Amino acid sequence: MLRIDGLSAWYGEAQALRDVSLHVDKGEIVTLVGRNGAGKTTLLRSLMGLHHGTSGTVRFMDEDISALNPHKRARRGLGYVPDDRGIFATLSVEENLTLPPGMGPDPWSLERVYETFPRLKERRRFPGTKLSGGEQQMLALARVLRTGARLLLCDEPTEGLSPLIVQQIGEILREVKAAGVTVLLIEQNVHFAATVADRHHLLAEGRIVESMDNDEVRAREDELLQYLGI
Amino acid sequence: MLQQAFNGLVGGAFYALLALGLAVIFGMLGVVNFAHGAFYMLGAFGSYVLLDSFGVSFWLALPIVPVVLGVVGVVLERLFIHRLAPLDPLYNFLFTFGLALILQDLVKRQYGVQSQPYPRPSALGGSIDLGLFTYPAYQVFVLGVSVVLCGAVWVILTRTRVGMIVRAATERPELSRALGIDVARWVTPVFGFGIALAAFAGVLAAPMRAVNPLMGSDLIITVFAVVVIGGLGSVFGSVAAGFAVGLVSALGNYYVPSLSQTLVFILMAAVLLWRPAGLFGREEAAL
Repeated sequence: MLRIDGLSAWYGEAQALRDVSLHVDKGEIVTLVGRNGAGKTTLLRSLMGLHHGTSGTVRFMDEDISALNPHKRARRGLGYVPDDRGIFATLSVEENLTLPPGMGPDPWSLERVYETFPRLKERRRFPGTKLSGGEQQMLALARVLRTGARLLLCDEPTEGLSPLIVQQIGEILREVKAAGVTVLLIEQNVHFAATVADRHHLLAEGRIVESMDNDEVRAREDELLQYLGI
Repeated sequence: MLQQAFNGLVGGAFYALLALGLAVIFGMLGVVNFAHGAFYMLGAFGSYVLLDSFGVSFWLALPIVPVVLGVVGVVLERLFIHRLAPLDPLYNFLFTFGLALILQDLVKRQYGVQSQPYPRPSALGGSIDLGLFTYPAYQVFVLGVSVVLCGAVWVILTRTRVGMIVRAATERPELSRALGIDVARWVTPVFGFGIALAAFAGVLAAPMRAVNPLMGSDLIITVFAVVVIGGLGSVFGSVAAGFAVGLVSALGNYYVPSLSQTLVFILMAAVLLWRPAGLFGREEAAL
């Protein structure tokens, strides 16, 4: 589904990603963990074509998308949920949902979105940023699901949210996985990560330093949390 | 007093039309278009030349001049601004600033610095009794037209899909692209439209203001203050601030003439102290 080969990224002189290679198969959920500044967000931004100054190749569904503009990558089926959730203040909740054009084979209808997220229906006329943090996160997820994206790139969707909402996000991720959607997830909550994901990569100083399965993450949970400084 | 307020609103109409275009262009391209005032001046000169050399009336100039200059704007965007956009914003600042000076000097060379006469259209030559005072019909027309135009732009922005895309791309261009919106495709027409609005304001100004090469640069400094007061990139804010600044400067002119030139900037400083992102700006937009 997604294959990254030798991806490097720079901020001016400073190198943020060093020769990162990884792959995500169809229907898999793969997480990226790492301390702040390890390069996780830069990696997702590079995959979306938002970071200038990268080298290496990104293949999505057997097509080299490394040179494509962000909007073309989105239309190939990449759904981006940025770390700040990316809700437009000048758009209503419903406009936030309907802004991105549909692209995948199985886009969600507005009715289905509202059925899954009744809270968004109640508030559909509100400006997007008048929602609570949890509701905004739901909106950001619902927005990419509505497009029918095949691969979700989620930048810490659970950050700062209550356990109840984290649980709800976990259910949604398992549901879309069951429907064949693939997810690359940045997640510091390793306990949560082990409940939704298949595989995990640990990033440090722009490199993948370790790859783990769920059993390994569970066995090393305390050590990992300490390393991450949580 | 009421009459002064009315004068202020008419002056504000010009600020609003110019600030509206400037705000949309800034939001979507991240370009502060220093040439905006020059296109306002070209709008006025365009209608002057059409009347003087070809006998084309004000009523025909009103659609022709903005369309022609809007097309010029589209060409400029495609040829230069678009190519400079990925570089440091400073390049486009310098380009549009230089362009403004070139346009201004070309007109100056042809027509000199003295003002050219432009008659009011005969249908609007008289005065209208507004109950409490009578007011020149042409000024009432200017106010009405610009309110209608700003209202129409507002409806397009808030009620149509194109408007939604422009709002999203104005607020966060990069995120809009990541969500599958081809922002670059919309940038060119939006730039042309902003220029057309400035030209339209110029045509409106010709019969009531001095038509001379410096009319744009005199006005544009105040318009920049208007855009800052309204909140950079905020469309609604720029229109509201346009009319508000018009009111404040007219009333200030009447009551404290000594401050008439500085009042707008005092207002701008006060607004920025109170709300650093402008009246309708968002904090993140100020970054």
